[in-house]
This record gives sequence, structure tokens and C-alpha cells, in this order.
Amino acid sequence: MRKVHFKGVALPWLLLLPQLVITGVFFFWPAGQAVWQSFLREDAFGLSSQFVGFENFADVLADPSWLDAAGRTLVFSVAVAFLALASALFLAVQADKQIRGANAYKTLLIWPYAVAPALAAVLWLFMFHPNIGIFGRMLNAMGIAWDYKLDGTQAMILVILASAWKQVSYNFIFFLAGLQSIPKSVLEAAAIDGARPLRRFWTVTFPLLSPTAFFLLVVNLVYAFFDTFGVIHSLTQGGPGKSTETLIYRVYTDGVMNLNLGSSAAQSVILMILVIGLTIIQFRYVERKVHY
Amino acid sequence: MLRRRDLALATAGTAIAAPALAQSGPVEIQFWHGLAQPLGGLLEAIAGQFNESQNRARIVSSFRGGYPETMVAAIAAFRANAAPHIVQMFEVGTGTMMAAGRAIKPLHELLRETGVSINFDDYLPAVRGYYSLADGRMMSMPFNSSTAIMFYNKDAFRRAGLNPEQAPRNWAEMRQAAQRLRAAGVEIPFTTAWPTWTQIEQQSAIHNVEIASLENGFGGLNTELRLNNPLMQRHFTTLLEMGREGGFRWGGRDAAGDALFANGQAGMVHASSGARARFVRELPGGVANLGAAMLPFYDDVSGAPINSIIGGASFWAMNRGPAGGRSEAENRAIAEFFAFIARPEVAAKWHTDTGFLPVTRTAFEAVRATGFYTQNPGADIPIQQLLRGSGTMTGASRGIRLGGFVEIRTIMQEEMERALQGQQGAEQALANSVQRGNVVLRNFERTNRG
Repeated sequence: MRKVHFKGVALPWLLLLPQLVITGVFFFWPAGQAVWQSFLREDAFGLSSQFVGFENFADVLADPSWLDAAGRTLVFSVAVAFLALASALFLAVQADKQIRGANAYKTLLIWPYAVAPALAAVLWLFMFHPNIGIFGRMLNAMGIAWDYKLDGTQAMILVILASAWKQVSYNFIFFLAGLQSIPKSVLEAAAIDGARPLRRFWTVTFPLLSPTAFFLLVVNLVYAFFDTFGVIHSLTQGGPGKSTETLIYRVYTDGVMNLNLGSSAAQSVILMILVIGLTIIQFRYVERKVHY
Repeated sequence: MLRRRDLALATAGTAIAAPALAQSGPVEIQFWHGLAQPLGGLLEAIAGQFNESQNRARIVSSFRGGYPETMVAAIAAFRANAAPHIVQMFEVGTGTMMAAGRAIKPLHELLRETGVSINFDDYLPAVRGYYSLADGRMMSMPFNSSTAIMFYNKDAFRRAGLNPEQAPRNWAEMRQAAQRLRAAGVEIPFTTAWPTWTQIEQQSAIHNVEIASLENGFGGLNTELRLNNPLMQRHFTTLLEMGREGGFRWGGRDAAGDALFANGQAGMVHASSGARARFVRELPGGVANLGAAMLPFYDDVSGAPINSIIGGASFWAMNRGPAGGRSEAENRAIAEFFAFIARPEVAAKWHTDTGFLPVTRTAFEAVRATGFYTQNPGADIPIQQLLRGSGTMTGASRGIRLGGFVEIRTIMQEEMERALQGQQGAEQALANSVQRGNVVLRNFERTNRG
């Protein structure tokens, strides 16, 4: 890339200003407030507040139900990321083949990405609600006691499926682009050497796709951590019991519903540290892996 | 320097002048409520009638989502100095609002300052008691009060060979009826809406058992939960056993259980008396198929049953924000609106339209005189149930006043769900609820002491 040099400092700062203002107002200010809030204990109306140091953090980390939620989030995120990645990869490989109507097929697969999480959840609700859902009723009619409103495992399966489905399109686009950028000559050479399609996929295509796959893994984990609030809120509200309550959902319940701002802020600061960690890992790894 | 101060004074002057100027037109009163249709429309119609009845004030109603969302929105608005003048708050939020200090304008203070009078002696004791201080001074304006009653599907009763005119009176009969309904192919013999309200709070009240010390929290913020008692252990065991034999089905949290009865799937439901309007409209077979009865009880508990407690919501007058209060004209308008909704004809119409309680005796008598209860059998069940027993409320049946009650209800629902999944027994569920709920109470006590 060609470097551009500006005379003086005024112009570059001016050009940077809009972005800096946006980052400051919409990121640093609220994040700073969250950090400050996490050291306070306040009543709901904000009429009295008391500085308590790290007490909120200590309470959160010592709370067994928070630790349960952390474990649950891990299971949930890994399951969502795995399902979303595996099915997207499968679909992308199929779409990459020379088939009739490939374009229509690709477009259809990309559509779910445009569906808002809450709407995605409602679609799944209409399919799997034990009393009004088509498949829910069907399962019950077949003698399987399907009631995700009371069965924690079933509820977890449902939110995982709905969350993963929502992310498949995004992964599909990236995998497809990745597949299309693999040089045909490499695959042809392998074919001439006598490698069968499945072997060609695992020994040639998949390793060449690994930077894309790793990038997507991080993005999917972050998605499962933070963006699945809408799905969970519309389907289960974290229940039954606490069986679908993830860390981000808990931040919402404690802060917005229970009006326990100090604890909620402390939890979001912990989450912020987690995501910063994930991002650092991603940058390090992707940077090393980029020259393949 | 001097000029700058003049400028500051001038700006302050305009800020003060603005509301004064507005007095030439009607004072606008922001009113946030949490009732979805059709109830929300009926409520806004009452505000509309008030607007037409005079020209000094205009109520601007807006729907803010369900009760919990409305509560959260009002609190957030207060923090941003933009609180509504009046907010409709469900009964669970009462404890939080009472402790809210200068965020709220207590009703007794509002009425004294504006000279508007409302005769609270006419209000049903259960309603008045829920929203007043220990010394009887009113804190908020009662409006849509309900209580939990039982609704049953007469057609399902006929199919199961049960008497459609006689609902089960106690839990032994409940269980039998559920078994008969189940045998007759009714998918969900018994379910409940508002599970903690109907099964924990109401059942405790009618058996005269406190759910929390210090008269369910009326006596102070240092109250502790007392859920793990023999009555609740027995009742949870009943529900768990009924669940296992297919007689009881969990309908979901909050109002979710209503839908199972409204679509005809459930044979019996414990729900808010305010759900009557919906059931009359939606239940297959309509009003002729809708049975209403008082909540069942354990007939070997001596003294039981006494009165049930109310639910629903009341109207709170709020200050604008941490930085300021309200003008005299605004307070007067709020008080006049409250006096308007206290009128017997307004309260009576709301009662007959919706199934919520007639909150005053005059309204109740007026409705009875029209023959409404003979034409709509069962519509007076909630009132009868509120007056059941000796007629005097006890510390266990006056109401519940716990800080952070929204969170405590969620905790109780979670523990019930885990018990019904078979992960824990009745006693464990209650012990966990007590232990987790007391943490909430202690936190609330700590942040609201000052």
C-alpha cells in the first residue's frame, strides 16, 4: 500500500475526528461508566450510592450460580460454534460444486443472516412449542415427552439449534469465498496423483481453509457469547430453572430486571475482559497464520 | 462576571416560566401503563373521559410493555430526569416503590397538598391495606386489583363425569378431579398462571401462613423469608405428585398458563380474576362453558380458609428525577385524575368490563344492584374470596411487601421448575428459595437503609 503523508497534524486529526468521537461516545463513555458502576452499590433509583471497591466482583466470582452460568456458557458456545461451522462447511462444499441453479441455492442459504435474532427465535418457537408448534406436537404425538418449557436439556438443545441456524449463513459466505480462492491447480495435481475426493478435501482443501476456519471460530464464539441474547430471551428467558441462562443473559436479568446495577456492571466488566482476551488470541494467531 | 450571572438567572427564569406558561393551556400529565390490549385500550379510554371532563389537564397515556418493563422504564426515566407523572406499578413492585424515597410522591402527601379528597374508607380493606403504610396512610392509588381464583372448563368436567356446577373445594378433590379429567382424555387437567402468586403467595395467605417474617415484610426491611414451612412443603409435594401422575402441567412463568386454558386444552387453571375478560372471549364454548370458583385449600388446616390477597397494579405519582419535583399545577392534575378514577361509576364499569375487582364498596353495591352477578354467575367469586374467613385480615393475609420481590419471584419460579423437572424435592426447592431470596432481601435492605 502506498503511504500518504500529510503536512502538519491538523488535517489528519480532523479526518480522524468523526471516528474518534463515535468510538468515544458509543464505546469508551459507556464502558467507562460500566467500570465505575461496578465499584458502586446503588439503590434502583440512584438516590444513594456507596463505593464498595471490588466487593461486587468478589460476590459475582464467589456465587455458585454465576460459575454454573459460566460453565453453561462454555458448553453452549462450543456447541453453537461447532454446529454452525460444521453445517456451513458442508453446505459451502456442496455449493462450490458445479451444480445447476447454484446461484439460487447460494442466495437462499445467505438469507437467514438477514433475520433478526428475536425473529429467528419466534420461527423456532412456532416449530417446537409443545402446544402450538408443528414439530412440538408431532414429537408429543409420537410419544416423546417434548416440553422445553419444563425440560432443561430440551430447552438447551432448542436454543443451541436456533442460535447455530442463525449463524450458518455468515459462515457459509466465508467458507464459500475461501473455497473459491483455493487454486484449482493444487486440486488437479492431487487428483492426478490419484487422491480420491474425500482425501483431497481433508489433505488439501481443509488445511488451506484453516485460516478462514480459525477466523470464523473466533467470530462464532464471540457471537455465541454475546449476540444470542435475543434468541434466548424470546425462547426461554433463561429457564426452565436456570438451564439456558448464559453470562450475557445474566447481565441482563441482574441489571435490567433485578435492578442490581453494581453486580450487573461487574459481570459485564468480566465479560469485557474475556472478549478482549479472545480478540488478542485471534489477532496473534491470524497474523501468524496469514502466510500459508 | 456580573453579566454572566445575569445570563444564568435569565435562563433559570425561563426554565421556571415554562411550566407557568403551560398553565394557560392544559397541563400535560405523562401516564405510563403496562396493560396490553384489550385492557390497555379500556384503561386509556378512562383517561380520555377524564380529559373530556375538564380542560385544566390532559393525560397522555402510553403503553410501555408488560408490568416489569414499565417498572424498569420508569426507574430508568427517573434517573434521566424524565420520569412520567404517573406510573402503573404491579403489586410486586410495591415494596421497591415504598422504599424509593424522593423518587415518589406519596399519595397521602399529594392529596393533602392539593386539597383533593378521596374517601379511602370506602375501599375494600384488602385493597387499601396493600398500598398503605402501617399507620394507614395511603402511598399509591389503587386501581386494577385482582385476586387469584380458579377457572374450569365445564365441558371438560361433563366429559369426565364431574359435576360442572361444583368445582373441587379442597386439594383432595382437586387431585381426584384431575385424575378423572386425565382419564377422560383431557390433555392438561390442571395448570396455573403466575405460579408463585397463585401457588405460594395465595395458598399461604388463605391458610394464614406468613411467607416472610414481620407480617410478610410490612413490619420492616429486615424481614426474612419463611417459605420452608410444613404447609408449603405439603403443597409442593402435592403439586409434584400431581405432576408425576399427569394431573398438573407447568404452564410456564408469569401469565403463560392463561393460554393453555383459553384454547381449551386445560381443564382447570388458577389465574388472575382479571383473566376473565380473555377467557369469556377465547374459551371454546364462551361464557356458558366458563366455570369460576374459589381457590381450593387443605380442609384439615384449622382456621382455613381465610381471605386471599390481591394482585394487579396501582398508580404511583413520581417526581421528575433526582434533580427536581413537580409544579403545583402538575400535582393538582395528578390528584384530580386519581379522584376521577375513584368515582363509583368509573370503578364499576372497569370491573364489569374486565373482571378486575370493584375496588370500592359503593361500586360493588352499584354493580350488584344492576343484576350483573345474576346474569354473569361467578363474576363475584373474587370478591367473595377476598371476604372469606372472619373478615379481618391477618399479618399473613394483608399482602406482601418485600424489596426486590420481582427477583424473589423469579427465584421461586426457577426452584419450582427444577423441582418439577425432578432435579430436587419439595423441601430442597423451598430451602433454596429461602436461601437465595434472603440474599436479595439483605442486599435491598443494605442499599435502601439511608
